[in-house]
Amino acid sequence: MTRWKENPVLTVEHLTMRFGGLVAVDDLSFDIGRGDITALIGPNGAGKTTVFNCVTGFYKPTEGRLTVRHSSGDSYLLERMPDFEISRDARVARTFQNIRLFGGMTVLENLMVAQHNPLMSASAMSFAGIFGLGRFRRAERRAVEHASYWLDKIDLVERADDPAADLPYGDQRRLEIARAMCTGPQVLCLDEPAAGLNPRESAELNALLMYIRKEHDTSVVLIEHDMSVVMEISDHVIVLDYGEKIADGTPDAVKSDPKVIAAYLGVADEEVELVEEEVGL
Amino acid sequence: MSDLVSESRLKASFKDSGIAALITLALSFMLIGMRTEISIGGLAVDYRWAAVAITVVVVFAGRMLLNMYVWRPETPRTVTFRTVLLGLSILAALVIFYLVDRFLGAVAGLSPARAIESNDWLWILLLLALAVVAAIVATALLGLAEKRAAPTGPGAAASIKAGLAPLGKWLPLALGLLAVAVPFILIEWLGSRGSRQYLDLAILVLTYIMLGWGLNIVVGLAGLLDLGYVAFYAVGAYSFALLSQYFGLGFWMCLPLAGILAACWGMILGYPVLRLRGDYLAIVTLAFGEIIRVILLNWYDFTGGPDGISGIPRPTLFGIEFDRGDDGFAALFGLQYSSIHRIIFLYYVILAMALVTNFVTMRLRRLPVGRAWEALREDEIACRSLGINTTNTKLSAFATGAMFGGFAGSFFATRQGFISPESFTFIESAVILAIVVLGGLGSQIGVVIAAVVMIGGFEFFRDLQEYRMLVFGLLMVIIMVWKPRGLISTRKPTIGLKRRTGISADMVQEGQG
Amino acid sequence: MDYFLQQLINGVTLGSIYGLIAIGYTMVYGIIGMINFAHGDIFMVGSFLALIMVVAFGVTAAMPLTLLILVLLGILVVAMVLTSVWGWTVERLAYRPLRGSFRLAPLITAIGMSITLQNFVQLSQGARNKPVQPLISGGFTLMGGDGSDGSFVVQLSYLQILIIVVTTVLMIGFTMLINKTSLGRAQRACEQDRKMASLIGVNVDRTISLTFVMGAALAAVAGLMFLLYYGVIDFYIGFLAGVKAFTAAVLGGIGSLPGAMLGGLLIGLIETFWSGYFSVEYKDVAAFSILAIVLIFLPEGLLGKPEVEKV
Ligand SMILES: Nc1ncnc2c1ncn2[C@@H]1O[C@H](COP(=O)(O)OP(=O)(O)OP(=O)(O)O)[C@@H](O)[C@H]1O
Ligand SMILES: [Mg+2]
Repeated sequence: MTRWKENPVLTVEHLTMRFGGLVAVDDLSFDIGRGDITALIGPNGAGKTTVFNCVTGFYKPTEGRLTVRHSSGDSYLLERMPDFEISRDARVARTFQNIRLFGGMTVLENLMVAQHNPLMSASAMSFAGIFGLGRFRRAERRAVEHASYWLDKIDLVERADDPAADLPYGDQRRLEIARAMCTGPQVLCLDEPAAGLNPRESAELNALLMYIRKEHDTSVVLIEHDMSVVMEISDHVIVLDYGEKIADGTPDAVKSDPKVIAAYLGVADEEVELVEEEVGL
Repeated sequence: MSDLVSESRLKASFKDSGIAALITLALSFMLIGMRTEISIGGLAVDYRWAAVAITVVVVFAGRMLLNMYVWRPETPRTVTFRTVLLGLSILAALVIFYLVDRFLGAVAGLSPARAIESNDWLWILLLLALAVVAAIVATALLGLAEKRAAPTGPGAAASIKAGLAPLGKWLPLALGLLAVAVPFILIEWLGSRGSRQYLDLAILVLTYIMLGWGLNIVVGLAGLLDLGYVAFYAVGAYSFALLSQYFGLGFWMCLPLAGILAACWGMILGYPVLRLRGDYLAIVTLAFGEIIRVILLNWYDFTGGPDGISGIPRPTLFGIEFDRGDDGFAALFGLQYSSIHRIIFLYYVILAMALVTNFVTMRLRRLPVGRAWEALREDEIACRSLGINTTNTKLSAFATGAMFGGFAGSFFATRQGFISPESFTFIESAVILAIVVLGGLGSQIGVVIAAVVMIGGFEFFRDLQEYRMLVFGLLMVIIMVWKPRGLISTRKPTIGLKRRTGISADMVQEGQG
Repeated sequence: MDYFLQQLINGVTLGSIYGLIAIGYTMVYGIIGMINFAHGDIFMVGSFLALIMVVAFGVTAAMPLTLLILVLLGILVVAMVLTSVWGWTVERLAYRPLRGSFRLAPLITAIGMSITLQNFVQLSQGARNKPVQPLISGGFTLMGGDGSDGSFVVQLSYLQILIIVVTTVLMIGFTMLINKTSLGRAQRACEQDRKMASLIGVNVDRTISLTFVMGAALAAVAGLMFLLYYGVIDFYIGFLAGVKAFTAAVLGGIGSLPGAMLGGLLIGLIETFWSGYFSVEYKDVAAFSILAIVLIFLPEGLLGKPEVEKV
């Protein structure tokens, strides 16, 4: 039942995020199991994106503790780290609800930017690069190979040299995932990756996520509104409403949780108990 | 039927031109028509209604003709196109004014500038009529050219582009070779005395190209709007001047030091302000530019204040001076002494410096740091999510740009032999920025074209004196309205899996910083 | 103390002038998000128009007081109207064709316009300084008697009172205009979302033009005040005054009208106090450094809305 508590890759404890008077996330705790696909769901405005923003350092949480444990045993306290270090050192990568690609750069360039840090050290602060030393050229070739690998996985090899802004929406979504994967993450946070995709693209996305879980040492957390996607691929579902966790468990357990149903149907708090009674809890 | 159309067009044109004339009247009747002159007992007004009348008539007639013959309803024009035409016609009028002033003035002793001063009505009217006609012809031709180009469709445009592609590849090389050959061509053609003025101009243009390339890193690649770039130019110039004054160091010794010092200043100034976004960054950099200038102006004991620093040493060729002495350049190489040798040498120095700037920039663009600069311009938040330290990346862009500014500054100092804070005013920053933006952000060749057009054109109109700044300003407006993304606006990818085709400007972001 | 008071009075006067110019920057920035670099030169044009009228009408301090005030008022109105036409024209020619285009393009045309205006005035009016005799002299002596006992004399001149009063009245009127009228509403709508505003029937082009017109009118007021206060102008005054006023707008929080006024006052005070107590030469350095420091710690300015970084 609580498999994810045994070997969590990410632990969130008492996370609270306030914006002035608004409590977007309220004393939230959960674990993300290593190697799992975990879905974070909830109605609009529940605070899902805010949780991601706290985890990836874009917001500094008002309170709480966020820990990442790598499979190597290293652990990082995310709330103390600036955003770029979270990606670079703690290896938490993410995508955005409104796609943020480098639109004027080619698909390949997007993937090369994602490998900035290893390439930067290979270019010895650019000096080796300026003089075109072999070490840098080898590193660059490896980076291109790595990018090609992901291009192949998302089926965009043919479009590698086109500007990212030129791609259709579904391809942009997948490219953003590939770009995040190019950083070699331990945790991959996807914010509504299936939004706006047609059923075929959605199925492709599922396959991609399953592949990532199977072949890479990467645990996936995704925010998703499409229940069929959630139910199909996730091992673990966490439900948020008004910044609080209202359910946490396997997809099947969550699906039949009356609180979840109530939250999605938009029933007021007092009525939740009523609904619960009706369902027989 | 067609009579009706043309009649209604005449009416509409008449109304439109009338409004334009009225606005011109409101704009000009005081500023042009009533000139305040210092006379005994304070200011007095010198009335020049003729000039106002002419201005209004010109605008009316010009607009009327444009309405009737250029802005035809059957070829609908965008606002942009209209504005460009308007600007072009003003420019054409000014050019004609100038040409007549210069050539007819010399031949027949007739000068419109003098004519305006003495209110010589007839003359002015005649001239302006001429100017208007020429302007109309020019714009009509332009309109015609566009109309003819239009029906060829996208296929033709693409094939033209494809035909031009190899040109794009060879153009930089051709330009480079031309640049190397310039002194010899000039001397061959004009003799050493006649070519001096043009070589000086070429040196000036190259200095601005180098400055443009330096600023291009900051604004074009990293998308950080820097309105105080001249500060680094000043730091470079003063570093060299002061180092040579206090420690007797020579140009080649000081050149790297000046660059390093400018880069350090870039980092010191950049560190606190680079967190600011967009226009805040612009205003703070502008402020820093002014601060540095004011300090140079007022720290009399150290910098000489408004008197500046003179006697800055000239560059040597591996220790060989360009003087009349026995161990001077001419004597050692068995040549007749001529001051042009030094000018040619300076030309090659700045050419080499500019080419190095270009080489380094092109290389940096293909390195991770350069790609991070461009990514920063595209989307800073995405950069941070990919583990890029944006502060350091911005600082590196700022410092690299500053360093090239510093190099250019120390060259400026050694070329002039004298510097003062006057050379480092805001207008200088504005001109460099204009070169970068007009050329097309991020485009190296665009900077070259813009610098040649702006600086070369500006110097070409040297005799025009007061008019040329006016033309310069108008030109900035017109080019921008005509091509808001600059002259060369396609972005070349830094790496390609199979090919590298240009990316059109509408996709490229301009950055928020 | 007396010295302090005197500097305070001078600083508030100068700050009022900066504030009036700053409003033009802040409004334009608020509505179309661009630095209207030519605004300082619009102020200069306003000042020149006032100067030409003062000279042409032969206005002198010798006139009867009521007549003098009436004439100055007339000059003010005409200058405001004509300067507005300039503001409108600049917007129409250099900014409107670039609406919705790339962000740096209007900045460059603005710099181009600034150069054009400066050189146009230099050509048409000459490059020399233009001095006028003081028109309004005298004032109250607040402290220190007639100065015969060697103590410091604190003066509050009529002119300073005039400047401060006119500025205050304009500010209040202006704030009401923005807050109460449909024009103000249209402006705020365009600020929020230009496309949406045009969809619900706001005439966006007209609203933006009017914003430029209002900014230019206030700049003309500042131009007349500047002429009266300093008694000498030239074609170059627009640059420094413009940079200071823009600094003021940023300091106060760009986009905010009270912010522009507050920023103007602060810049005026910083400048006068720095000149009064430290050194005149470095007064600009002081003003700019304080701007930089404030922005570093308070990036949205004093009264600006904090910018939320939506991820
Ligand atoms: N930077 C911010 N400043 C103020 N309020 C914010 C900020 N970011 C988020 N909020 C508020 O926090 C609440 C939660 O927002 P969040 O974006 O996390 O919701 P969400 O669950 O991702 O919703 P959706 O499904 O619509 O994406 C909302 O009320 C939102 O307005
Ligand atoms: Mg969300």
